[in-house]
Amino acid sequence: MARKQGDGPTKTDIDMTPMIDMTFQLITFFVFTLNFSTAVQDDRVQLPMSQLAKPAEGPSVEPITLQLMSDGRVIYSGEPVSLQDIGGYLENEKRVMISASKEPSTATVIVRADGRSTTGDVQDLIKVCQEKGFEKFVLRAQYDESH
Amino acid sequence: MAAKREGLSDKIAIDMTPMIDVVFQLITFFMLTLKTVITEGDFDIRMPLGASAGAASEDPLPPVRVRMTAGPDGERTSLTMNGQPLGDFEELRRRIIDLVGTGPGSNADKTEVELDCDPTLTYDNVIAAVTAVSGMVQPDGTVVELIKKIKFAPPKKN
Repeated sequence: MARKQGDGPTKTDIDMTPMIDMTFQLITFFVFTLNFSTAVQDDRVQLPMSQLAKPAEGPSVEPITLQLMSDGRVIYSGEPVSLQDIGGYLENEKRVMISASKEPSTATVIVRADGRSTTGDVQDLIKVCQEKGFEKFVLRAQYDESH
Repeated sequence: MAAKREGLSDKIAIDMTPMIDVVFQLITFFMLTLKTVITEGDFDIRMPLGASAGAASEDPLPPVRVRMTAGPDGERTSLTMNGQPLGDFEELRRRIIDLVGTGPGSNADKTEVELDCDPTLTYDNVIAAVTAVSGMVQPDGTVVELIKKIKFAPPKKN
């Protein structure tokens, strides 16, 4: 379409095709990278690396995620809680499970501990959970692809 | 812009504006919901209640005791397996393979590892030890599974 050279404001036709092509490419990319996983991850915890930390098949049964920060505090549902206070929150978890007629021993406690935290804190955390009747524990690590 | 009436090869200008608007909305939505999920995996540990009540008695083989001591800054100062000092976690893995073997006839299912760590030891070392005893990644990327039953020794009071 030839451009009009007459009087008045001239309109310029911009060819939109490449932009739309690119935009659709972008949409496709973002649609495919969209994931609905509800995995709890938190930047305040830097997990230790492990070559064998392959993701498990299927979600855990009744997961309770406890994240231990390097300073010894525990992130429970997004809020940092001291190790002494976590027992009260776990008591609530236990009560909720019992009221839903589930045994606390069937719950899986996912321990996401920072690599710089101390083993003693991790063991204390596990001990508190055991006192509340939780028996299944998994230690979470980040998959190390460098090997 | 009015469509030209003369000639057969007329081009109809479609107004692209609403489509581009919607497409940009979509892009914005998907960009903001983008989450980069780091691959994570779990290690099971056996921590039954009343560990002193002989919970591991069904294992015919005695547990492998892995002991790690810590220095003042939490760094690992020694690593021993059943009392024998080891250099690094690679050596621990070799000893475990020597002990239980791989493939059919392996004793890996019947063996349990008990981790006995100083309370001040950094947790990185625990995961490294658990990684060393629980499997081996071969050069072709396949994983040979070793001992899956791992527990912590009761923490010592100091």
